[in-house]
This record gives sequence, structure tokens and C-alpha cells, in this order.
Amino acid sequence: MSLISCENLAFAYEGVTVLRNLNFAIEQGDYLCILGENGAGKSTLMKGLLGLKKPSAGAVVLGDGLRAREIGYLPQQTPVQKDFPASVQEVVLSGCLSGMGMKLFYGREEKEKAARNLEALEITDLKDRCYRDLSGGQQQRVLLARALCATKKVILLDEPVAGLDPLVTIHMYKLIERINKEMGITVIMVSHDMQAAMQYATHILHLGEDRQLFFGTREDYRGSAAYHSFMGGEKAIHIWNKAARDDKKSPRHSREGGQK
Amino acid sequence: MLKLIGEMFTYPFMVRALCMGVLVALCSAVLGVTLVLKRYSMIGDGLSHVGFGALAIATAMNAAPLAVAIPVVIAAAFLLLRLTENSKIKGDAAIALISTGALAAGVMVVSMTTGMNTDVYNYLFGSILSMSREDVALTGVVSAVIMVLFVLFYNRIFAVTFDETFARATGMNAELYNMVIALLTALVIVIGMRMMGSLLISSLVVFPAVTSMRTCITFRSVMICSAVVSAVCLVAGLVISYLYAAPTGASIVLCNIAAFILFAAVRKGRECLQSDRKSL
Repeated sequence: MSLISCENLAFAYEGVTVLRNLNFAIEQGDYLCILGENGAGKSTLMKGLLGLKKPSAGAVVLGDGLRAREIGYLPQQTPVQKDFPASVQEVVLSGCLSGMGMKLFYGREEKEKAARNLEALEITDLKDRCYRDLSGGQQQRVLLARALCATKKVILLDEPVAGLDPLVTIHMYKLIERINKEMGITVIMVSHDMQAAMQYATHILHLGEDRQLFFGTREDYRGSAAYHSFMGGEKAIHIWNKAARDDKKSPRHSREGGQK
Repeated sequence: MLKLIGEMFTYPFMVRALCMGVLVALCSAVLGVTLVLKRYSMIGDGLSHVGFGALAIATAMNAAPLAVAIPVVIAAAFLLLRLTENSKIKGDAAIALISTGALAAGVMVVSMTTGMNTDVYNYLFGSILSMSREDVALTGVVSAVIMVLFVLFYNRIFAVTFDETFARATGMNAELYNMVIALLTALVIVIGMRMMGSLLISSLVVFPAVTSMRTCITFRSVMICSAVVSAVCLVAGLVISYLYAAPTGASIVLCNIAAFILFAAVRKGRECLQSDRKSL
């Protein structure tokens, strides 16, 4: 069974459907990149995966004993956090809360988990620093460590490199790759960055307007119309036309691209 | 001077004011940290105006002031929280509407019944003479409840304050904690209002938090520092008010302003030292 699978998933705000007919599945160990323009419904889908927004049709099915609260989440930074007086240790520890049940205070287990994740993201030496005094990249790594504390299996990253300078961006991507490969954690990343997606992801989900333009492996994506339309190439039109011709010949599966 | 201060505490009303004041100061300071960081500072101000309206109406109806004010202010706190979260009227405007509305209602009721007498004046600017033995008992119970709840849920309150979306995404009932925070704020405002006055009580919520954020770098130290600053300023304000026959609420706020300036100066000094060290 897939770790997360969605069938005919749709979301609506006040009766207006913003996303429909989403069909995709995420397996343990995948690195999925969700691409799309602004307003394509990326953040809506993310809320749906996290269980913060109820679908208007279909369902998000979690397998392997995964629960929505066990998805580690790296949100975009809020203005509140910019001047928040808290130590790195305090922030990272707060990620452990979801696994604590009714327990009120952090025990040794939580502290060890936090220390492990600080170590993994190379920020142990920042432990006692104040969060607001860190650079953007350091803050992002702290929030990533917190997300890791909240999960054993999956992390969901919302534009993890937004606002970071190029060098820090590369470092961040390398860290995420390591989390995926070495720690075996499934990564779901919402992004604008097509280039990085093509370099690091194993799977791509491309959203456009209110629907799914593509879901499949990175390799299949390279040959798809969605990829070329995103890159702004004329080749897209060519592929669309060919698809239309094929369509007339034989009824195609509504889903484009490879299916696992 | 020491003799005068010693003499001050031979009056039972001063002792009452001191006990009650310190308790209120501690509670409002720790709650204030969360409120300020969540950008809810004005909620305290809005609630205190609602409290004034409720007190005025209670007086007009000859009802027990706190028995009317507590439920009304709690209701207003929930309403404000709802409004700031999801509504067409945005947070600060909603607070302004409710607080001025309640103030107007209060003023109207006052002018139609008793007129501007000492009671009303005390509701607005506070008085240490207005507190009875029952008030002190109530304050003690309420502050004990606030402190216990706060310590028990400290880690969760931190999580909800720092990042509500993350807290929600990882399965925390953020709404419940917001409600608890609103409820506790309403209680602090109502019990503190008698001494500080409804126009000044929100300073107890905002000042200590902002002051300690100047210099402290961890959430825990901000909490502790804020509580200490708040209590010290309250005692200093009380003493000043006794020595110079100054209004209590205003004296306390002035002490808080002094503390803020002191902390801001310390931060500035530290920053200068750091940049000096870097340039060397």
C-alpha cells in the first residue's frame, strides 16, 4: 500500500472548486516535487495532505500506519517569527510535541531526538542562540530540524528555499537530499524551482489552473507537454497536438504520464 | 523613607493592594508575552473597555460588579478571537469597534443614572481603596488557576505562539489553546481593572513583555524576566503612589516605562559593544 494516495481528490472554497481530479500516490522513500504557478492550488493541496483542509470530493488515504499529524511540516516563515525571542533548542524541541500524547513536559527521549536532528542538520553549535538573530538559511535549517522531530516517515516542505541566496539554496537542497537518501524519509516539496525539481526529485506532480497536468516520474515528466509548457517551449504545442490525435484513435487514461 | 514604607504596610488596604497587585502583575506578565508575540496586544485594551461598560451597567443595576463583568468580558474575548481569525472586518478594526462601542454604552448608562461620581472615576483610572477582602480572595483563586494552567501547558503555549500552522499540522488543537489564552486574558483584565483602572490595565499586559524582549533571547527567560519586571514595577509604583499621593495605576505605568527605557538602553549598549568588537 502506498504511503499517501489520492483518488479523484478535489478541494473547494465556499463552493468554488479550486482543485479537482487529483490522482497520485506517494511511496516510502520518494522525493515528490509539487510544481505549479501561483494560484495553481499548491498550498491548498498541501493543507489537504496535512489534514488542515477537508476535501470536497475524494480522499487522502494514508497507508503504512501513517497519521496526518505524523507528517513533519516546514511552513513558510511568518512575520511573527522574525523577531521571536526563542532559542534554537526551544524551537526544535517544540516539534516533538506531536509525538508526546498527553505528556506535558519534555523528557530525555525528546531531548535526544532534538539533539540528533540538530546534529543531522549541522546546527548543534547554534543550539543556544536566539532564533531571531540567525540568518535566513540557519532559520530554515532550524525549522527543518523541528519538522524532523515531528515525523519518522514524511516531511512536507513549503518553498524551503524562498528568499535564500544561491549558495545557501544549494546547501539546503543537499541537506534535503540527505534527509531523503540517508535517513530514508519521504520528501514532499512544494516549489517554483523547476531546475532543482528536475535535479533532485524522483517524482513530479504538476498542477495548473485547477487540475493536475502531470503526475509521474521525473524521467517521464521530461517528455511531457506540461514540462515544455512550463519551460515556455513550442514543443508543448506539438506534444499537445499529437496527444489530441492519439486521443481520437484510442480512449486514453485520463491520467497523463506514468503511474506507479 | 524606609520608615514611611514600613508604615505603609500597617494599613490593611495597602497589604491587600500589594498581594493582589503582585498576583495580577505576575499573571498579566506571562500572558502578555504570548499576546504580544501573537500580535494580540490590543485585545487586552479592547477587553478592558468592555469591562468598563460592564461595570457601569452593573453599578446602574445595583448588581455585584465582578459577577457581571467576568462573564461579559469572557464573552467579548471569545468574540474578539473569532473576529480576528475569520471575518470580513479585520482584527484591529474589530477591536476598535467593540471597545469604543462598549465604552460608549458604559458612558451612556453612567450619565443616565449616577453621573460621573467617584465610583465611575475609579473604574476608569483605578483605585487601591476599592478592593475588598472578597476581591483579594477571588484574585488569589483566579491567579492560582492561571499560573497552574500556564505551567502545565507551557510547552504547548510556546508551540502555538511560535507557529500556529505547524502546531495545527502536527495535530495540536490550536483553537483550544487560543481559547484558553483568551479566557485567561479576560480573567486577568477583570481582576486587574479594579486597581489599575480600565484605561491603564492593558499596560500591565504589554509593557513587561516588550521590556523583557529587549534583552532576553530565550522564551523561558522572557517569561521569567517579564514576571519579575512586572512585579518589581508594581511594588515600586505602589510605593511611589503612597509616598507622593499619586494615582496608583499611573505610577505603575510610569515605572514600567522607566524599566522599558532601561532595558532598551542595555540592548543598545550591548549592540554597540558587539559592533565595536567586530570592527576591531
